[in-house]
Amino acid sequence: MAFSARYLRRRLLNGFNLGVSVLATVFGLFWLGWLMWTLVSRGLRWIGPSLFTQSTPPPAAAGGGIANAIVGSLLITLVGVVVGTPIGILAATWLAEFGRHSRIAAVIRFVNDILLSAPSIVIGVFVYAVVVARFGHFSGWSGGLALAIIMLPVVLRTTEDMLILVPDQLREAAAALGAPQWRVVVTVVYRASLGGILTGVMLGIARISGETAPLLFTALNNQFWSSDMSRPMANLPVMIFQFAMSPYDNWQHLAWAAALLITLAILALSLIARILIRANAFVK
Amino acid sequence: MRSPGGKSAIENPKLSINQLNFYYGRFQALRDINMDIAERQVTAFIGPSGCGKSTLLRALNRIYGLYPDQRATGAIMLDGRNILDRDQDLNYLRAKIGMVFQKPTPFPMSVFENIAFGVRLYERLSRMKMQERVEWALRKAALWEEVKDKLHQGGTRLSGGQQQRLCIARAIAVKPEIMLLDEPASALDPLSTLKIEELIAELKTDYTIVIVTHNMQQAARVSDYTAFMYLGSLVEYADTSTLFTNPARKQTEDYITGRYG
Amino acid sequence: MADSFFRGITRLAALLVLALMAGILLVLLVQAWPAFHRFGWHFFSGTQWDPVTNQFSALASIFGTLVTSLIAIIIAVPVSFGIALFITELAPAWLRRPVSTAIELLAAIPSIIYGMWGLFVFAPVFSEYAQPWITDHIGNWPLVGVLFQGPPMGIGVFTAGLILAIMVIPFISAVMRDVFDLVPTVLKESAYGVGCTTWEVVWNVVLPYTRVGVVGGIMLGLGRALGETMAVTFIIGNSHDISRSLFMAGNTISSTLANEFTEAVGPIYTSSLIALGLILFFITFVVLGLAKLMLLRMGTREGRKS
Repeated sequence: MAFSARYLRRRLLNGFNLGVSVLATVFGLFWLGWLMWTLVSRGLRWIGPSLFTQSTPPPAAAGGGIANAIVGSLLITLVGVVVGTPIGILAATWLAEFGRHSRIAAVIRFVNDILLSAPSIVIGVFVYAVVVARFGHFSGWSGGLALAIIMLPVVLRTTEDMLILVPDQLREAAAALGAPQWRVVVTVVYRASLGGILTGVMLGIARISGETAPLLFTALNNQFWSSDMSRPMANLPVMIFQFAMSPYDNWQHLAWAAALLITLAILALSLIARILIRANAFVK
Repeated sequence: MRSPGGKSAIENPKLSINQLNFYYGRFQALRDINMDIAERQVTAFIGPSGCGKSTLLRALNRIYGLYPDQRATGAIMLDGRNILDRDQDLNYLRAKIGMVFQKPTPFPMSVFENIAFGVRLYERLSRMKMQERVEWALRKAALWEEVKDKLHQGGTRLSGGQQQRLCIARAIAVKPEIMLLDEPASALDPLSTLKIEELIAELKTDYTIVIVTHNMQQAARVSDYTAFMYLGSLVEYADTSTLFTNPARKQTEDYITGRYG
Repeated sequence: MADSFFRGITRLAALLVLALMAGILLVLLVQAWPAFHRFGWHFFSGTQWDPVTNQFSALASIFGTLVTSLIAIIIAVPVSFGIALFITELAPAWLRRPVSTAIELLAAIPSIIYGMWGLFVFAPVFSEYAQPWITDHIGNWPLVGVLFQGPPMGIGVFTAGLILAIMVIPFISAVMRDVFDLVPTVLKESAYGVGCTTWEVVWNVVLPYTRVGVVGGIMLGLGRALGETMAVTFIIGNSHDISRSLFMAGNTISSTLANEFTEAVGPIYTSSLIALGLILFFITFVVLGLAKLMLLRMGTREGRKS
């Protein structure tokens, strides 16, 4: 039986387009591979013990490390997490447990999803205007606050998604024992969605720990060791920005090493978060 | 004793329902329900799906109060108080009226913690006392022998039938006066169903039990009184043998002989 | 009591989200007001950006923002479609998850890393191998040729758009994948049942069924591209001129902010920069709002992780 020319043409079109789709996927993965290869090949050889023990060096000096930037980043991120997470979880709790179908909840979800994708540099400008300009100087606190504002919508969104997955029957069962609502939420609902909430926090940390733009106007950078949050503070992203753009070889090497470290840390966080979310009992 | 949709001759009722109407938003799900529920007896609600039998059950411990658009009017008297009153303490009410749901609802905690959860809400017990209480509840629910070696494993790892008995044990542990069972065996295999039914028969010496079921044989087997509901109204309410052998209403007869529903 | 306290505190946290949005808008508006007041409508239409004479207008930055994002979308949409098609229809079951995860990881890599890689690795390769060829072959085409003329510098508007495309591919393809999965199996099976090829099923059944969601995903990607800062700052060349060729340097609102905000002297300079920020926030607000509405109609929420 001979295929008609029309059928052959359809088969050809199908094959061609599916081939292109495979190519598109390869195209996407290609960049991931190239980026990672760049980071490893340029960053790996500068990673050594001194990287973690010494502070950022002056230009063109030998040696030096990024210890102050690592510690600064950890502190600023910690502030972001400690401020952003509880607010995000509480707000998600209201959306999922109390206001679920109300109009105001729909508005809050809408606004939150916009904040989730809002340009982080605008958040930086906002915090600059509200905090930095008022106190007259850059500070680690203001950097942490900017990151908290970026963290909040991420945590809110994942937490609400997870809370909604908890079957209503479980809430009813706890309430039927005479548990007051706060207790139902805290001991049963949170417990049932703990993995998912943690995932949201991890995704939030992954999101904020590479953020550079909002820190430019808030924490700025500091070449020296400092754990004073009320002063400008060293941090990895802004350090990478300044060092990478500098003409000094040693600064550029440190920038690549830092870039590799921070990327590996973020990719690891994202991967673990994804594995955790699949382990959640209520995700189908 | 017979009263189509009206007051019955039950003496010393545990619960007394007067002119109860129930609404989901604008939709009226129950119309003018009047009935008494006998103490330490098993009362079954039967009827085709959507007839309001679960809604009626859910009104008895006001669990519907979790959802803002659901409301009830009328009166449900328990120990001389109308539990539909605004100032009724809901948590206390629900502790007094245990409930078991259609699907097993173990909390994401160990078997032991599942039972201790409800007890801790209203009592402070020593470790010893708590262990005694958990064992007592599990024995009452005929589950002790099966789980005594896995008290600290997750409750969700038990089989479906065991999970349901765990939920019954959890309800018993709080020492309620009334137990509401919402199709407790519909998600279970025949063997587990049998165990639950035997359990109900034993529990009624201590508790007033109300059970919703779509399974008429089950209602006939386990209950002392049966209420037949249809389209949100109570059609007929009588002691079980009378209702099944000599129904007063044509609708009831049609339903129990399988002509509709 | 405890219950109403708990309810109240969660409600407060939820309302804080609204307050935050309102606060950002208000603060930006107040701070941008001097610039709007001084330059009037000219702020939106002029091309001058001169800190020396204190003359500021936003058109060059707005133009650069829109053009780079447009390039990004033109490249990212077909690629994302291909990826979503591959993941939902072609890939064997064991390959689906690794491929989706790998693509999603592209979104996890910080913007600044894209910037460094773009400036130091991609731009030299691009200027040496691709750019001369493009200028030679497309540069003399009528109409579009002028877009691809100029010295091969590697950096510039086109490179920025290309790298933005890579950055938004994970967002767009994730939404497309999720909405493609929403198509009822019966619908696809009945199309296969009349003898359609995979491509015909996707093009004639899946795509029309998910159209609103797909457009929502594209808008989401556009919203991301518009506000992206660090990668663009590294590779766009940072020039306040509007040039006809995409191979020339330009700037975007966010790159102007990143470069100049901390160095701005004088209230009117700072106010003009904040005005730029407000414009950016407004544009992304509208784009993301539309994206969200479309995805709501599709019955899904964007970027659902699964």
